Amino acid sequence: MTETPASLFPERSYLWQDGTLRSWLLTTDHKRIALLYLVTITVFFATGSIGAALIRLQLIEPGGMILSDETYSRMFTMHGIVMVWLFLVPSIPVTFGNFLVPLMLGARDLAFPRLNLLSWYLFVASGLLVLYGLFRGGLETGWTFYTPLSTDYTQGRVLPVVAGVFLSGFSSIATGVNIIVSIHQLRAPGMTWYRMPLMLWALYATSVIFVLATPVLSITLLLLAFEHIFRVGVFDPALGGDPLLFQHLFWFYSHPAVYIMILPGMGVVSEIVSTFCHKPIFGYRFVAWSSISIAAIGFLVWGHHMFVAGTSLYAAIVFSMLSFLVSVPSAIKVFNWLGTMHGGSIRLDAPMLYAMGFIGLFTVGGLTGLFLASLASDVHLTQTYFVVAHFHYIMVGGMVSAYFGGLHYWWPKITGRMYPEMWGRIAAALIFFGFNLTFFPQFILGYEGMPRRYATYPEQFQVLNVLSSAGASILAVAYVLPLVYFTWSLFKGARAPGNPWAATGLEWQTSSPPPTENFARTPEVTSGPYDYATLDRLNRTAAEEAPHV
Amino acid sequence: MTWLPAISSHAQRIDILLGGLLVVSLAVLGLVFGLMFLNVIRFRKGSRMQPGHEVTEHKNWRFEIGWTSVTLIVFFGLFVWAARLYVVGFQPPSDAIQIYVTGKQWMWKVQYPGGQREINALHVPAGRPVQLLMTSEDVIHDFSIPALRIKHDVLPGRYQSLWFTAITTGTFRFYCTQFCGIGHSRMTGMLMVLDRAAYADWLDHTPASGSLAAKGEVLFIRNGCSGCHVSSRYAPDATDNSRAPSMAGLYGSQVILADGSATRVDSAFLHDAIVNPPEWRRAGYTTQMPSFRSVLSEDEVAALVAYLQTLSPSIPSGRSPGVTAGQEGN
Repeated sequence: MTETPASLFPERSYLWQDGTLRSWLLTTDHKRIALLYLVTITVFFATGSIGAALIRLQLIEPGGMILSDETYSRMFTMHGIVMVWLFLVPSIPVTFGNFLVPLMLGARDLAFPRLNLLSWYLFVASGLLVLYGLFRGGLETGWTFYTPLSTDYTQGRVLPVVAGVFLSGFSSIATGVNIIVSIHQLRAPGMTWYRMPLMLWALYATSVIFVLATPVLSITLLLLAFEHIFRVGVFDPALGGDPLLFQHLFWFYSHPAVYIMILPGMGVVSEIVSTFCHKPIFGYRFVAWSSISIAAIGFLVWGHHMFVAGTSLYAAIVFSMLSFLVSVPSAIKVFNWLGTMHGGSIRLDAPMLYAMGFIGLFTVGGLTGLFLASLASDVHLTQTYFVVAHFHYIMVGGMVSAYFGGLHYWWPKITGRMYPEMWGRIAAALIFFGFNLTFFPQFILGYEGMPRRYATYPEQFQVLNVLSSAGASILAVAYVLPLVYFTWSLFKGARAPGNPWAATGLEWQTSSPPPTENFARTPEVTSGPYDYATLDRLNRTAAEEAPHV
Repeated sequence: MTWLPAISSHAQRIDILLGGLLVVSLAVLGLVFGLMFLNVIRFRKGSRMQPGHEVTEHKNWRFEIGWTSVTLIVFFGLFVWAARLYVVGFQPPSDAIQIYVTGKQWMWKVQYPGGQREINALHVPAGRPVQLLMTSEDVIHDFSIPALRIKHDVLPGRYQSLWFTAITTGTFRFYCTQFCGIGHSRMTGMLMVLDRAAYADWLDHTPASGSLAAKGEVLFIRNGCSGCHVSSRYAPDATDNSRAPSMAGLYGSQVILADGSATRVDSAFLHDAIVNPPEWRRAGYTTQMPSFRSVLSEDEVAALVAYLQTLSPSIPSGRSPGVTAGQEGN
């Protein structure tokens, strides 16, 4: 059977109601905007990954294999900035958040559809500015822009990059405001706060951080640009400024930003674990409130990035204690996911493999975080590869695993097509293996004292660096696989039913892909989330009524 | 590949702390992965266990309170353990040898009290406390010695301190670990820990053009410091200290600043007061001292600081008067 484009997707779906390019670029449909974002951040993820690949290639040889010191510095700066601001920060909120918030709430769209479209245009503009700065001229400050290196001592294109990151902040805030207002205002009849899926709690907490923390980054970057252009002393001691002030302001945003990156991933994992264990989440209220408390305490721990920076002893002690405290809600989540698995009916489809990968790798990342929250051990380990390994375990092992898990989980809903399950499992296993081979050796490198951001290194570190680079090549293949089979499934994948995973949640009660208006009739919510007993009863009744299907 | 040596008792204590953290981590990891695999095997769909929808909320509470409090207790123990070891870094012993370290893109310059200088190398005696007084001429650097398990950022415009007592002789690497520009990975050097005799021998055989303090005295006169900070040494009849305080006996003493706060005069104070006088003006003086930030190099400030120390005879020069690290320069 030959398929024409029109027959690829159901005609009533949001994907095919109006197929012109213009209708896509001017759409206010949250689902289409989610797809615009998905394509955009995939491009940025690929860009950042190329930076990572070049970094790992360079470090195969102690003297550096392919890049000059200058190009190497530009590469890890590019990798950091692109991955943090153009992939990790927006990733789940702008894709699954945009797509799912109205569906999970039982609403027709987000509260401010035009603001949503504007946020995408802002994001694209900011991405182009950042890439222009990074590739036409380059920048060698690292993603942290520490002063006075970034104001007085760099030849690089600080201004376009800073302007780009500044702009991306507005996009973040727009998304945050949209999600907060939607959750407050657009819940379907009967959808109380405690009947919301945990994904919504996580996105709500994330949005609060978006709205409260991002302005601080904007102010900091403005001051940086101000000092750079007008030579007014804010951060530069030579002009009468204070270099530690920049670090305080920068981390006041950037530590909460870590939770912007990880909280949505925790939301995705809660959904997947419940669905594939076919069991309500254990300790629902604890998991929900742990998201909120992570967002709150997360604002009070920025000083743990500065234990050797020259702040006072007392500040360090307080920040260390608070950093231990912020890890408690994360531990609560992990224990509750394990409690959910206990006594469930576990299916090991690809999304669940990613979710389990998340739980394991996030736990490693969290535990190694304790080494860095502890004052005396932080002094030895900070600014070495131990830190690099630690945050990649959280960001890549945790967050990217959750992102891929979510992509597999909601792919049938988004596209109306099933992905090939076996390939999904192979890719999940390969990512887990490649990831550990890449980043585990870096913990040991860090303990041995290898500093981060080194273009060259003493010979004694070579063995572990080669292992790490070998892992990175496996990881690269593992990331290309889903790109291939997802694309394939768009055209050849089996048609997805409305609820392929036997999941609860309003998004599964509409067709796959959903119609533009989401629901034919506004759904009414009569029970809590993850009510599998009712779902199973309804399915049994339906099966009895239609025995031939 | 050789395992990283621990060449001070502090380094050994850090290794024990890291071992403790590792044990806790492995226990938790074992629990998490163990439960995950156990659950997957026992509760895989199709196995004979029935799904348990009937778990009630009140039964959850006991688990939640249980694992939350155990986590809190273990974390608090780790926090206290690590914080106690960290405090030590802020308490250099009073008999520490003071060595001046200046970072600049991309090298480390080291000056000894006796006037010896070297680049990207640091010689210290074994068994004696050493305090590094560190500052930067440009961007933020970080002086890191993995074999001692210590590091500290090196900031422009103020002194930071790092102290240690190495007990093992040998050669060990130090690094700059705060990204400082494209030459960052070339900003490394060697720490040479010598036994006492070898250290004395090294000091004797390293050319020094006069001691650091002697150089400082010349600078003190040449830059006009002695014009205001009058002392009987240069103007026997002058006793007028109304414009600026005398420097005699200042180092190691307690002074009151214009904002009313009291502080002890240590090397970091002297450095900061020279490069940024308005912040450190003494109570009772109205004359504004000009900043010497752009007049003196960091090497020269170090010489001045070494000289001013010699004006407090009760405290041996090149020794620390007390806590110097951890002062916020603002």
